[in-house]
Amino acid sequence: MRLKNLVENIGGRVVCCEEYLDREIEYAYASDLMSDVLTVKCENLLLITGLANIQTVRTAEMSDLQAIIFVRNKRVNEDMIRLAQENCIVLIEYPGTMFRVSGQLSSIGIKPVY
Amino acid sequence: MNFEFKVQGGDFVRAGNASSQVKKILKQLNVDSAIIKRVVVALYEGEVNIAAHAFNGIINVEIDTERILIKLDDNGPGIPDIDLAMQPGYSTASPIVREMGFGAGMGLPNIKNNSDDFKISSVVGKGTHLEITVNLKSTKEEV
Repeated sequence: MRLKNLVENIGGRVVCCEEYLDREIEYAYASDLMSDVLTVKCENLLLITGLANIQTVRTAEMSDLQAIIFVRNKRVNEDMIRLAQENCIVLIEYPGTMFRVSGQLSSIGIKPVY
Repeated sequence: MNFEFKVQGGDFVRAGNASSQVKKILKQLNVDSAIIKRVVVALYEGEVNIAAHAFNGIINVEIDTERILIKLDDNGPGIPDIDLAMQPGYSTASPIVREMGFGAGMGLPNIKNNSDDFKISSVVGKGTHLEITVNLKSTKEEV
């Protein structure tokens, strides 16, 4: 599914890198543990997390992630936006829980990694 | 081709800068993207370990036509029991490190999984030395 349609479906707010919303997303992975995220070998992957700090974006950079959804109303700061822009990673804020957005994504056909 | 990077213990704002630079260099060299990912994930885990546990450290990266060799040397407390530290889930990370999303005891096993060759040695009270080799023509299965 195109990232643009995905964001519209869940009601998220795109914080940066809107120019990459035509990307295709096939898989999602939900975790607040970055070491777990770093073990995932998967393309066209989106991360769902409640951990909003600079190392979340670093982890996405190293793992070639396409986008990050920050759940539970966690706010993205300027340093995170700068790093995401350098690495073309779409950052999305979402008001609901990780469980809620996982259900929404599953219902529109986004697949789990395992 | 050799590169050296310094890492400051406790600095979680800059942790990952070296890995990021190495990723850019490998992309410029047209290294296969699957190999790049293995290199930078292993290096990033090692870099975060220095920031999390040591006073400071130095990363050396050697790139030739056959392989990428990364050496990470830190000045820090060292690891008393390396076999224990290599077990998935074992961690001595502080609450601050855990708040950053690390310290789940997955770092060293993940470094090993992404390496074609992995060496670790440590002296308690002095520091830890890692050597990570990733072959450019690696046939290692994705893990």
